[in-house]
Amino acid sequence: MEDEEAMEAMEAMEGAEDTEAFIELDGVEKVFDVRKKTGFLKRERRRVRAVDSISFSVARGEMVGYIGPNGAGKSTTIKMLTGILTPSGGRLRVAGIDPSRERTRLAHRIGVVFGQRTTLWWDLPLLDSYKLMRRMYRIPDTRYRHNLDRLVELLDLSALLDVPVRQLSLGQRMRGDIAAALLHDPEVLYLDEPTIGLDVISKAKVRDFLRELNTERGTTVLLTTHDLQDIEQLCSRVMVIDHGRLMYDGPLAGLHEVGESERTLVVDLERELPPIEAAPARVVRVEGPRQWLAFPAAESAAVLVARIAAEYPLVDLSVREPDIEAVIAKMYAEQAEKADRAEQAGKAIS
Amino acid sequence: MAEPFGGSRAGEALRAYRLIAGMWIRSSMTYRASFVVTVFGNLLVTGLDFVAILLMFSQVDSLGGWSLPEVAFLYGLSATAFGLADLTFGSMDVLGRRMRDGSFDILLVRPAPVLAQVAADHFALRRLGRITQGVLVLGWGLLTVDVDWTTAKVLLLPVMLVSGGVIFCALFVAGAAFQFLAQDAAEVQNAFTYGGTTLLQYPPTVFGKDFVRGVTFMLPLAFVNWVPAAYVLERPYPLDLPRWTSFASPLVAVACCALAGLAWRAGLRSYRSTGS
Repeated sequence: MEDEEAMEAMEAMEGAEDTEAFIELDGVEKVFDVRKKTGFLKRERRRVRAVDSISFSVARGEMVGYIGPNGAGKSTTIKMLTGILTPSGGRLRVAGIDPSRERTRLAHRIGVVFGQRTTLWWDLPLLDSYKLMRRMYRIPDTRYRHNLDRLVELLDLSALLDVPVRQLSLGQRMRGDIAAALLHDPEVLYLDEPTIGLDVISKAKVRDFLRELNTERGTTVLLTTHDLQDIEQLCSRVMVIDHGRLMYDGPLAGLHEVGESERTLVVDLERELPPIEAAPARVVRVEGPRQWLAFPAAESAAVLVARIAAEYPLVDLSVREPDIEAVIAKMYAEQAEKADRAEQAGKAIS
Repeated sequence: MAEPFGGSRAGEALRAYRLIAGMWIRSSMTYRASFVVTVFGNLLVTGLDFVAILLMFSQVDSLGGWSLPEVAFLYGLSATAFGLADLTFGSMDVLGRRMRDGSFDILLVRPAPVLAQVAADHFALRRLGRITQGVLVLGWGLLTVDVDWTTAKVLLLPVMLVSGGVIFCALFVAGAAFQFLAQDAAEVQNAFTYGGTTLLQYPPTVFGKDFVRGVTFMLPLAFVNWVPAAYVLERPYPLDLPRWTSFASPLVAVACCALAGLAWRAGLRSYRSTGS
């Protein structure tokens, strides 16, 4: 017991030594040479900027969502942060280490979970994979046992430890993989699509666990995802990346402002009526006695509801928060528009 | 890559190799019956190569001027040396598949040398079958071959087996390095490794001179058995090589390892800078 306290005290000290900028990227670039077959032996070479001068920093203990469409450069960034890929330019540090130069040293301090691949041994009981981790990472016995007990409890793995991994469901395997990535007490956990393909209950379990990990242990978490609920429920900070560029970096709420998002008020009236008139809200859909009204996210819903209740026979209502997916789509559209305009302006000048 | 060099690094590599190979052995033991069957299968299939040679000798008395015991000696050396390499490094052809499906990245985020992890990948004890049949044929060849044994000749035997094994290991590593460039090139690698051992099972005199030259200087397989065996059997040296070359196998093996190591590093570097 004393050991654990001493360890925790040590961790607290480690944490205090550099509170800001645990992960630091400064103008990081990644350029790929893509060869495309154009004939039997002919190849066309093309340079692709997968990551185009990205700068950001993540403080210790932050939980950050990294989102963007397919091929935006999310995975490439994660691969550079873990030392799998070497950046083509810029400066990158994780815990003061240059990942691509000191890959194995960094490996002891980070945990990585790739949603669609597993580090677990297919034909062996789950516990065997953990034993391998213990030896490969040289985790001291007491710490291993303590961590394993804790992870088994939080991730609900006790019934699965003796089950061969091939017999686990996708959700069970994902929880097993997350535990495997955390046995050595990494300071940062990277998750690449951790909830992909999971059912609702498994998703909830994984999210609950990540929240607890972050608040309890102070583990820094960086996750990429397609599931915006992951972000809504977990991350106070969001980074949006597209075409290798950072388009947004800030709190989730701010994303709505940037995207000029709208909330939706759904009202059930007593009977079918013509569309409600209540500017600035506008009716976007009518279905029998039910109507959908869109209004700017910054407007107060209460005022709007009061006005409608005064003028219409209201039975029930609900307010829906804006969908980030729509917000991001809007952001992309605006960027594209701007680019178009800039291009046209350029043409006009020449 | 600023990974620790020297003894500690080799120690780390061996440790990682042992850990991962152990996991694969346990995995294969979960299908015990299948394991036993594949060990025998491997023994029989690899043994068929020698059966082919026996069939030839049922029709002729010598092959390229070499008698059956002499050919058995060559065969045993090549098969055993290759078997050792096949056991320890033989699964490197799955590297390409790992790169294609992305699971190679998982090896890269572990705190262990990648080459050791790749070499131990899919470690399979069934490959002991190949070594077993090689050793059996070699033993029979040694018992029946007509040689005046000297201390030097006896000492040369283990040196040949180890050097030969190391040369084949280097070939596996070089082949794996090539897979960084062409991820579906596993068969190219197999052509050199499995193909190499098959041709070494025959005396050099049955091949054309240019071919032997290639196998001596370009891809120095001749040093696995042809050249040192010429000393043991007191046969003319292939390509009229000087006598000392019989003892050069360890040097050739070291050189092969150095080249293969460089190729591996270059391959890994290109992966880490281009990705896929």
